[in-house]
Amino acid sequence: MEPQKPIKRTPLYDLHLALGGKIVPFAGYEMPVQYPLGVMGEHLHTRSKAGLFDVSHMGQAKLTAAAPGQDAAALFEQLVPGGIQTLKEGHMRYTQLTDETGGIRDDLMATRFGDRLWLVVNAACKDDDFAHIAAALDGQARLEIADRALLALQGPAASDVLATLLPASADLRFMQAVWASWSLPNSETQVDILISRCGYTGEDGFELSIAPEHAEVLARTLLAHDEVEPIGLGARDSLRLEAGLCLYGHDIDLTTSPAEADLLWSVPKRRREEANFPGAEAINQQINGGVAKKRVGILPEGRAPAREGTPIESPSGEPLGQITSGGFGPTLGGPLAMGYVPAAFSQPDTPVQLIVRGKTLPARVVAMPFVPQNYRKG
Amino acid sequence: MSKKYTKDHEWVQLDGDVATVGITDYAQSQLGDVVFVEVPEAGRQVGQGDDAAVVESVKAASEVYAPVSGEIVEGNAALEDNPAMVNEDADETGWFFKLKLSDASQLDELMDEAAYAEFVKELD
Repeated sequence: MEPQKPIKRTPLYDLHLALGGKIVPFAGYEMPVQYPLGVMGEHLHTRSKAGLFDVSHMGQAKLTAAAPGQDAAALFEQLVPGGIQTLKEGHMRYTQLTDETGGIRDDLMATRFGDRLWLVVNAACKDDDFAHIAAALDGQARLEIADRALLALQGPAASDVLATLLPASADLRFMQAVWASWSLPNSETQVDILISRCGYTGEDGFELSIAPEHAEVLARTLLAHDEVEPIGLGARDSLRLEAGLCLYGHDIDLTTSPAEADLLWSVPKRRREEANFPGAEAINQQINGGVAKKRVGILPEGRAPAREGTPIESPSGEPLGQITSGGFGPTLGGPLAMGYVPAAFSQPDTPVQLIVRGKTLPARVVAMPFVPQNYRKG
Repeated sequence: MSKKYTKDHEWVQLDGDVATVGITDYAQSQLGDVVFVEVPEAGRQVGQGDDAAVVESVKAASEVYAPVSGEIVEGNAALEDNPAMVNEDADETGWFFKLKLSDASQLDELMDEAAYAEFVKELD
């Protein structure tokens, strides 16, 4: 038996309790799944105004090349299929750590600052990811794990609220980041905050990386705005599902490749041609020869949600695959899901059926996102 | 007769030999916003503790068990169109199903209102 790891808390744990958060274990942390507003209310509030999420459980690290003048972004491309060395200063990209079979070890965000990279990875994978990156780039680059809190402010009011604290945030477009200085309220102290215009809701918004001892005052300052409500993991999941975004360990894992997961938009032509990342051969084979299965959006026709693990069948009853994430979309106003089906069934509007508690329910394949994204691109 | 309660947070109200079953206000508050309910069809035989209905929030699906054995005489069809009734009025109009008791003595094993209130208090 493996020794049980002690459960961890983020720097905002006491604040979650003070705000009435209902605490559940998640990825080794005690996290709020919802606050008194409830999952539905929190979800709708984020889409109409702004929601504040504690995502401090996620892993943050800085990658620096060992030799002066070398580019950490170029070195990191040995481990991911994304276009990283082509990132401009202060720009970020979504990519995946792949294995030799093309399977996904984790998905992550990488941001360029000079010849260094700032990485944000999933909580459940962070120990393995950091050990893997450090070992794979041993002697070439140095990985420094950052002990920092991470807050996400998401929703159409996020930019106006954040501009009152951090004017530099107003100059960012989607997938851009900047280090800024914040004066603590009623204090002379200046605190460094990494502002990244990105998120996991489909809305415009920001992630704010800050030293753990200043996380609570930042959270309270944001929550003091009428437009901002605290949002738990429950609404975080329904928001990302409506946005068509993958949840690692559910929609993507070691048994799915970026091609199968419909993430090839994050694998540029140069990387496919260079074929110098783990699993490149397998992924190129899938690009040229087709995939056996593909991640798709699925819209059940009735009201019944189809949860993770629900079997997907063809209209004639042939097994096709399984739902990997499914639930109810508060903004959509009905059930929604994603899952894997053979490529022949992956076109939008293809009819399928779902087996929910022994009953056969009609559904169809749909293009994602389920709810239009609202990013600040221009 | 006054309501009886189970440890699974169902209530049972007996009228003659027909029991109306719902989930408690505590249960609906724990579930959060109910977005889907599936109730059993009339004529189905259920044993005490069997899955009888399903209630789903945004987050998850939960089973509603038959607190007593019997034959389903009616499912609350109104919940299928308006599942939020479970949140709004769990104790009355948000009932799930009615069943004809096959063994009235099973009711004796359930908690009365005071015992259930004590049971919930210890959970918090």
